[in-house]
Amino acid sequence: MKFNLLLLLFIFFSKFSFAVEKTVDPNLIHKNLRCLVCQGQSISDSNSDFAQTIKLVVKDLIDEGKTEDEIYEFMSDKYGDWIVFKPQFNTQNSLLWILPYIALIFGGFFVFSFLKKRH
Amino acid sequence: MQKIIKILILFIFLFVIGIFYISLTRDTNYNTSSLINKETPEFKINSFDDKNYLTRDDIKKNNYTLINFWASWCAPCKIEHPILMKLSQTKNLMILGINFKDKELHAKTFLSELGNPYDLLAKDKNGKHSVKFGIYGIPESILINRELMIIQKFVGPLSVDDYNNIIKIIE
Repeated sequence: MKFNLLLLLFIFFSKFSFAVEKTVDPNLIHKNLRCLVCQGQSISDSNSDFAQTIKLVVKDLIDEGKTEDEIYEFMSDKYGDWIVFKPQFNTQNSLLWILPYIALIFGGFFVFSFLKKRH
Repeated sequence: MQKIIKILILFIFLFVIGIFYISLTRDTNYNTSSLINKETPEFKINSFDDKNYLTRDDIKKNNYTLINFWASWCAPCKIEHPILMKLSQTKNLMILGINFKDKELHAKTFLSELGNPYDLLAKDKNGKHSVKFGIYGIPESILINRELMIIQKFVGPLSVDDYNNIIKIIE
């Protein structure tokens, strides 16, 4: 019984992971790329000339077999991190990524000690 | 405990002020200065007459190359054209013009009316090649040295200051 369950889980997760690896959704990538010549629009939302060109390049990169992360890396390399709505973790933006967790820990500690004191 | 709360509030206050200060004083104009000192990307672009391709090998031979992205429909390209004509007379510099999303006949008319400053001419019909160079609008120009390193990137029409800057670098 246990073995069957493990086998089922293995098949499910391996299938899931293969599916994730193979399909790169261009629309998702377009939504995560900023249109640099527009006012707060993504490549997906914009019909500008720049957005049309980026869509063509994204299609080419997918056809070349590039992964989603590789496409973001390519775009960041050419246009800087500003083009990606969700920038990759690096030394320059590390504070932005880490600070919410620090705030959560401090907040939790604060609430915990406050409640402890009240009781 | 109250002391900790006061310190925490002060810290949050200073942090918010700091974020506001950085955001308000930051240059919001987009620039591709991060490409400076990077190697020129690999490219294979159709020549303007469609007879052959232009690659990095074509610009390796020169001490300096200025890659200029232009189009006949682009008004600022007309503004910078006299600067390009002047630059074409200087030694040590080759100008590669990349005609961007343009109609061939219009581009030819543009060059016959205003003059052709380009040593090499290529065309990027759908703009895909321009992405490799971090181009997001035209005119844009990129100054490259013999080692194929990007020395300078000019966003917008070349000005007299840009001209002087280029002359200073190549001489």
